[in-house]
Amino acid sequence: MSVTPRQAGEERREGEAPRDERTRRVLVTGLSTYWGSRLALALESFERIEAIIGVDSNAPNIELERTEFVKVTNQHSLLERIVRAAEIDTVIDTRLVVNSLMASPRDAHENNVIGTMNILAACTGADSPVRKFIFKSSTHYYGSEQDDPAFFTEHMRRPHPPRTGLERDIVDAEESVSEFAERHPHLAVTVLRCANVLGPDVDTAFTRMFRLPMVPMVLGFDPRLQFVHEDDVVHALEHAAFHDTRGIYNVAADGVLSLSEIAGLLGKWPLPVLPPWGTGLATGSLRRLGFRIPDEVLNQLRFGRGVDNRLLKATGFHYGYTTRETALKLGEHLRLAPVMRGAEQTYTYEREVEEFLRWSPHVRRERPSEREGAAADREPLGI
Amino acid sequence: MAEEHRTPLAAPIEIPDEVDEAALPDRRPAERMRDLLPAIEPERRLDDWGRSERIEGLMDRTLVEFFYRYWFRAEVEGIENVPSESGGLLVSNHAGALPPDAAMIAKAIREEHPNPRPVYLTVEHFFKGYPGFSMLIPKVGGVPAHPANVHRLLYDERQLVLVFPEGRKGTEKLYRDRYRLRRFGRGGFVEAAMRAEAALVPTCVIGAEEAMPVFTQVDILRRLTGLLYFPITPTFPWLGPFGMLAYLPAKFRIRFLEPIDTAELGGAEAAEDKALVQTLAQEIRARIQENLYEMLSARKSAWLG
Repeated sequence: MSVTPRQAGEERREGEAPRDERTRRVLVTGLSTYWGSRLALALESFERIEAIIGVDSNAPNIELERTEFVKVTNQHSLLERIVRAAEIDTVIDTRLVVNSLMASPRDAHENNVIGTMNILAACTGADSPVRKFIFKSSTHYYGSEQDDPAFFTEHMRRPHPPRTGLERDIVDAEESVSEFAERHPHLAVTVLRCANVLGPDVDTAFTRMFRLPMVPMVLGFDPRLQFVHEDDVVHALEHAAFHDTRGIYNVAADGVLSLSEIAGLLGKWPLPVLPPWGTGLATGSLRRLGFRIPDEVLNQLRFGRGVDNRLLKATGFHYGYTTRETALKLGEHLRLAPVMRGAEQTYTYEREVEEFLRWSPHVRRERPSEREGAAADREPLGI
Repeated sequence: MAEEHRTPLAAPIEIPDEVDEAALPDRRPAERMRDLLPAIEPERRLDDWGRSERIEGLMDRTLVEFFYRYWFRAEVEGIENVPSESGGLLVSNHAGALPPDAAMIAKAIREEHPNPRPVYLTVEHFFKGYPGFSMLIPKVGGVPAHPANVHRLLYDERQLVLVFPEGRKGTEKLYRDRYRLRRFGRGGFVEAAMRAEAALVPTCVIGAEEAMPVFTQVDILRRLTGLLYFPITPTFPWLGPFGMLAYLPAKFRIRFLEPIDTAELGGAEAAEDKALVQTLAQEIRARIQENLYEMLSARKSAWLG
């Protein structure tokens, strides 16, 4: 890992994004999703962030100290009232569904297309306090086809029309974001297209696949795949929050590995169980056995996908892990998992308790800087 | 056709920069973007293109070595015309059902060049969708022929790339049309080299046409098998798939011609000039054709050289 915190007065290098000191009051959408809660937790350690408001239709799954949760569905009138009342300057939208196993097609569409439009609508208005919008998207935007380039760059459009409902929703959502950016040039809009994420905690189609005793492959194909570590995704969101990085960026670790190479790093055997012809039928019978491969990943098992990650690096971002290191880390975790089982604690959000802890005059509260060992205002990681 | 969906190399970035342009990052300062390429991880067995040094080395020491040295007895001229540091686009004639010319050119550079560099070969997208081939071809240095791939290899990574502008028209060619160059596509390779400011090295190969003469193409069998083409050669389909590797022992000669410096011609900006691109493509084609005729007239026997 080569994370070297930059000194305060240090000159920024050519091409790096300037710092944005004005991010103070943040709205995180999708607080109950993995990314929403991870991000809120990370933002809590920055003293200069005065307010973190999280919205979602479900309660958060992790314990948060000062993030305030408001239970609200994607209704733009309510969201707009929250944004105005709390004087939100930065909206970070982490709510996009990028795995078709996580939600029914209908819910995913509702969330990805309609939800995005509502959130964008909540950020507009003549005297809206919002000046920054960060949208977490996915490299599913590019799809995965036979005649794809080996490395997608940010300015490439999708070469073929989307094949699955989820991909269509992601393309639609991004389209409304870029239209929004064009129409509101005073807003700094950042889109982060994240590659497939791996990590000990995150639950994706690929982490599920790599938890199996052997790694399923399509016979005769060894796709090139690129991943990103879960921590790096959180750091990239932080980086976008604290820098003026407007535009579209791919978020993917260095290195494109073949699936067999990844299986080797995880210490598992590749198993070509899926036939090259009639793959759809075979996944149907796999589903009956209790293992599902989402449609948007199926093509990736054949043709793979690589993206160019240099544009984000040029803004001064540093990745903590390469794709190879990400796979190795996951391998370590998977070997340890059977030993650690049952040790993790579960958390349930209790509204009364959370409100008591935040607002009761009898609770003694410390600023993060007063806590032992906490840096007063730590540098955003990955810088 | 797939061509129409393909992304142009330099489409504008979607989100406009409106407020204080000066403070914003410059989009792509070339030198800096090159520095930001992923570092090479020595523990890895493949590179980011899926190329495997191990598998390639194994092939190189066995099959390719045998064909290059003993079967085809390849001879090389003008190796000094291949750039030893910067990016270079080798443009060659192409022939044979499963042409051995690409492997021989790569081997020639590995054997004769003062700086033996790997050569990336552009291949049809077809192979990426074909089970088995899709695993093997990237491992030995094949890269799908997409303009963005060629650009990254030439411009960012400064590698050697081999293209056959005749493409499928070259491999479909029958024995009676041997050494007569087909049309050079739309000059996409010239455009790619100019954008990348890489040298263009015209390359001539003789021997490949005799090593696997194609007598005829059977269209109906091609459709039935789903192959790119279905040739009838001295050994295929009689010996099954292995017939594709049964070459006749023709003598190979490879000649690298003087490189064309695209940076001198105006580089990336001139790549927009369609007329210039076409003229250059025609000129390269003419030079290869001329040299092929010259090499053929000097050859006493197809088998002994």
